Amino acid sequence: MDKMPKWADVVLIPLISLILAALLSALVILGIGEDPMAAVKLMVNGALGSTYGWGYTLYYATNFMFTGLAVAVAAHAGLFNIGGEGQAMLGGLGVALVCLLIPWPHWTLALAVAALGAGIFGAAWAAIPAYLQAKRGSHIVITTIMFNFIAAAVLNYVLVNVLRPEGSMDPATERFPEAVHLPSLHELLAPIGINFSKSAPANVSLLVAMGACLFVWLLIWRTPLGYEIRSLGKSEPGARYAGISSVRIIMIAMLISGALAGMMAVNNVMGEAERLVLNATEGAGFIGIAVALMGRNHPFGVFLAAILFGFLYQGGAELALWTSIPRELIVVIQALVILFTGALDNMVRMPLEKIFLAVRRGQN
Amino acid sequence: MTLMKPLMGAAATLALTAGAALAEPALIFDLGGKFDKSFNEAAHGGAQRWAEETGESYREIELQSEAQREQALRRFAEAGANPIVMVGFAFADALGQVAADYPDTKFTIIDMVVEGDNVRSVVFNEHEGSYLVGMMAAMASKSNTVGFIGGMDIPLIRKFACGYAEGVKAANPDATVIANMTGTTPAAWNDPVKGSELTKAQISQGADVVYAAAGGTGVGVLQTAADEGILSIGVDSNQNHLHPGKVLTSMTKKVGNAVFEAFSDGADMETGFSVMGLANGGVGYAMDEHNAPLVSAEMQAAVDDAAAKIASGEIKVHDYMSDDSCPALSF
Repeated sequence: MDKMPKWADVVLIPLISLILAALLSALVILGIGEDPMAAVKLMVNGALGSTYGWGYTLYYATNFMFTGLAVAVAAHAGLFNIGGEGQAMLGGLGVALVCLLIPWPHWTLALAVAALGAGIFGAAWAAIPAYLQAKRGSHIVITTIMFNFIAAAVLNYVLVNVLRPEGSMDPATERFPEAVHLPSLHELLAPIGINFSKSAPANVSLLVAMGACLFVWLLIWRTPLGYEIRSLGKSEPGARYAGISSVRIIMIAMLISGALAGMMAVNNVMGEAERLVLNATEGAGFIGIAVALMGRNHPFGVFLAAILFGFLYQGGAELALWTSIPRELIVVIQALVILFTGALDNMVRMPLEKIFLAVRRGQN
Repeated sequence: MTLMKPLMGAAATLALTAGAALAEPALIFDLGGKFDKSFNEAAHGGAQRWAEETGESYREIELQSEAQREQALRRFAEAGANPIVMVGFAFADALGQVAADYPDTKFTIIDMVVEGDNVRSVVFNEHEGSYLVGMMAAMASKSNTVGFIGGMDIPLIRKFACGYAEGVKAANPDATVIANMTGTTPAAWNDPVKGSELTKAQISQGADVVYAAAGGTGVGVLQTAADEGILSIGVDSNQNHLHPGKVLTSMTKKVGNAVFEAFSDGADMETGFSVMGLANGGVGYAMDEHNAPLVSAEMQAAVDDAAAKIASGEIKVHDYMSDDSCPALSF
């Protein structure tokens, strides 16, 4: 019998963690002489109070959905993919090549092929650590994190020496042609009478990300392959005894994971910047780990957690714009949320389990 | 409840001031952050000076991510901030997208040229200032070898290097100039360790004066030069005080003045192309009590003479960015 009812596991623990993180953040804000209530209000208003705020929140959330799903899929196979950052960088390269080298007649075609390109590049980047894990037993945590640095160096080289337009000082590609411009939520929602903010970067790739959530749910819980992935994650000897090839499943799970991380580039490179800049991923690959942890590796949980982190990012930006709270402190607040929801999970879970057990004993 | 009331009140006022139209100017720092001891800090200094002299306030933000460039521009413009000043060439793309959407807002971009009816582009004649410190380096050098350490390898920094090399050759045609760049990415602006290594490498090749045009990386260059007992030249802000008696001079680039002027002009700011050079005091070399013992009267006279000739147009210092080549130095 479970120690806790499911609702407590899924809702109560993240909620308590969040409240703890918020309280601690409030203390920090008080400590530097600012008003925490005002700060919270500013964050909520700035991130959720207007279609403009939502536009940014959802833009960041789209990034985190892809990287969160990438971590979640690998986690179901018992693999810890820390390489989302590098896979997303390479995905950006895939998107940039697709958008720059092929003259596209319409954005729908470009989106489909760019997503494919991003996925292939991301998956290829995950394939090498996956192979090393499956065949050689090199631990995937170490190899994927090393591949982040290699990815940064590769991107650096390509942008500075190959894709940088003549005479430009920025290590970035030239702007993508107008034809591959992805419609923003403003353009998507205008025909049905919703006036969404024009300047927010949220775009059609949000729908792609939601589609990816659905895809991952179907894959993990409704297909034989998903069953094999979960079996391997639960027990490798058990899975092997049942005739599941661990090499095959590790490769497949990591390829899917890498492809999902890579597809993040459709949002930030194609949808927002419309050119590939050096630091395009901005840590979204690492935030994906926190998102997956908080979302309990379930696509719907990842969806919600991604929106929460989108809120933190956009709310943090608003704080930086309108208060004198320094940017380092905003990172501290975001880090506290990650710490409590991700790393200190057991700190909340264990006392809560004791309480539930005590209550149950009292009832019997 | 009694505690809640003032808190809620404060929240409401804050929300109001945040939303209300403000005619305050705004300053956007680049990713390096406002206390980089160099470029951004010079801009911050100019804004502070304006705030102290006028007693008014301004808005500012230090960016955390690339996506925030456009966001910060739009948010400030929508809130009515005017003018909006941004420091760094990396804003060019975002400003090009945003400027036309807010015709009533004036923008100032430093170190880059952006077309637009409401944009003032401020560029500096860094090659002229670098020419002067190059002359001083050549005259102070005993080994006839001087060094240059750049930050990110972009045309702008090559412009520094080229002016410097011309100045060196003007003072001493037999002198050798060793030039190195720290890297090819923005990380090169903030890598003091690499700066230190490059300085040691140049010392081993005989350099006894090094000029750092490398943002935060320069801190490492100046430190190593002081440790190894050779002279160094600072950049952007006056860095003479960092190692008194060890820093020959600093090539000052009055980024603060550009910010100050934009803020002072306010919403009526004239737009267009603005060049800050030796003639209008936009660049120069720094003299203070920290480097006075290092600079002889003869040196100063020669440099001041050259400065006057450059200002009047008699000496023409080659601008690397005009044709992407340098007669005095090969990269």
